[in-house]
Amino acid sequence: MSLLTRTRGATATDLPSTRGPRESIMSRTAALLIMGVFTLYFLVPIWWLFIASTKDRGQLLTTNALWFADWNLFANIGDLVSYNNGIYFRWLLNSLAYAGLGALLATVFAGMAGYALGKYRFRGREAFFNIVLGGVLVPATALALPLFLLFSQVNLTNTFWSVLLPSIVSPFGVYLARIYASSSVPDELIEAARLDGSGEVRTFFTVSSRLMAPALVTIFLFQFVSIWNNFFLPLIMLRSQDLFPVTYGLYTWNTQLNQIPELRTYVLVGAFLSIVPLIIAFLLLQRFWRNGLGNGSVK
Amino acid sequence: MTATEVLVTRSQAKPPRAKRIPRAKTPHKGAIAVFTGPFGILFLLFYLVPIGYAIWQSLLVVQRDGLYGEPTEVFGGLTQYIQVFQNAPFWESVGRVLLFGVVQVPVMLGLALLFALLLDSPALKGKRFFRLAFFAPYAVPGVIAAIMWGFLYSPNLSPFTGLTNAVDFLSPEMILWSIANVVTWVFVGYNMLIIYSALLAIPAEVYEAARLDGAGQIRIAWSIKIPMVAPAIILTAVFSIIGTLQLLAEPQVFRSFSTAVNSSFTPNMTIYATSAVPNPYLAAAFSVVLALATCVLSFAFLKLTQRKAEQ
Repeated sequence: MSLLTRTRGATATDLPSTRGPRESIMSRTAALLIMGVFTLYFLVPIWWLFIASTKDRGQLLTTNALWFADWNLFANIGDLVSYNNGIYFRWLLNSLAYAGLGALLATVFAGMAGYALGKYRFRGREAFFNIVLGGVLVPATALALPLFLLFSQVNLTNTFWSVLLPSIVSPFGVYLARIYASSSVPDELIEAARLDGSGEVRTFFTVSSRLMAPALVTIFLFQFVSIWNNFFLPLIMLRSQDLFPVTYGLYTWNTQLNQIPELRTYVLVGAFLSIVPLIIAFLLLQRFWRNGLGNGSVK
Repeated sequence: MTATEVLVTRSQAKPPRAKRIPRAKTPHKGAIAVFTGPFGILFLLFYLVPIGYAIWQSLLVVQRDGLYGEPTEVFGGLTQYIQVFQNAPFWESVGRVLLFGVVQVPVMLGLALLFALLLDSPALKGKRFFRLAFFAPYAVPGVIAAIMWGFLYSPNLSPFTGLTNAVDFLSPEMILWSIANVVTWVFVGYNMLIIYSALLAIPAEVYEAARLDGAGQIRIAWSIKIPMVAPAIILTAVFSIIGTLQLLAEPQVFRSFSTAVNSSFTPNMTIYATSAVPNPYLAAAFSVVLALATCVLSFAFLKLTQRKAEQ
């Protein structure tokens, strides 16, 4: 075991430690063992879901659940996409629209507000910021019912807007943008733009927003994920399945498994297909997560 | 002397400053309005107004004239709140999520801290891989994670038949902890990353003195790293406490897998079921009570940890 660890340690691409003397083999093995066991805990469920999506209905129950049987992934995807007039594809597009559009608008608005709070002095600034900070502590689920009551007053429940509009407000984004703007956009730069005759709004969009890019990407990602994962709002707002996001759609299929058993394959394949793009995007953009999280909790 | 006269005399007395005084107070008023306006209006419309409206609704009751009369909303004071406090299933569900939080939040954050410290220690190789592997579940939405684990817990589909035959994960005794496992699985990596970023921000010089004194890695972790990342841990704890009280998606999904989850398993499920009845007034009162409880709990936790830090 220790020999194995040593060989692996020697070939690892990580730079040798810059923080101290070489650690003993004992502690290196222990560290690797703990992390290895938990890697299984975190990845095996996803692996199982992948394997399950490649099997047809019969083999799902009869073959080894953690290894391939006949390769049926593309047939399964074909069935899924054609089921019920392609409703699954529609749900995916809905999710993309809610999360993509919602996160984009939320980022623009939060970025502008945070920039104003960080770079300008005006009366009521701290009061404004404190109210927004209070908003950070109000979870989205706590607002779902109040929003439902309000939207039903203006007959907007069960519409695209009833899920999109509440999603474009990101108090956490304002908080992050403010912290980042005050530390990364120098006053001298804004002053120089002013001397060049650039208006304040134009300066923000052409110069300052670029300096704030890491924070803005982070806000976008956070908001995208929180809209994509939001369950209570669609659950309480939406009735017609044409408007469902993919999570809520899969949930409704899952509740019908006892009546329609063939839905099980669709739920599994649909779940797998819906998380693949997210996992890939997450891993590619992880740098931004770390920067943003670091800024939020440390600075 | 009227206001205009004051203005006139002032501007005559100090002509060069007259223009600058209002500007010095708040320059770029227009730009600030453009920047803060959209967010401010949206925040008002979709945060503050709904909260106010829910509070208002929670103070109403419906009255009918006779058995077939038109129902009318009238002000009922705290009638709905009396109902809330007499509603035993609601308080049971509050107790249930509190028990959940007392166990799950420390376990999850303990693991997150352990992983973050290992990622930060020179003893671990392959950091990049572990970071990615542990963070990946965070990309899985709660609903999907619950569906996935629901299948894994079901004896006929699970790859771990030995385990699912020995322990019934979907039984009334186990279901709360089965849900806790799903939540832990999704969020450990996320919390790990927050704590890890805080660890990376500690300047290297801080360790030098400790190392010169001959402190080992475990000693450094215990006496330097953990105290220095305490603010990050507190932040994750507050968000976890808030999340626990709001539990909805995972137990709602588990209703399809287990009869042990009823429609009032968590406070938010009670709110949803009540609004579907429909009884919006009582649902609004439940919401207000839950939101207040969340605020009180997270503030109490913050105060408690702050006081400890000062000691």
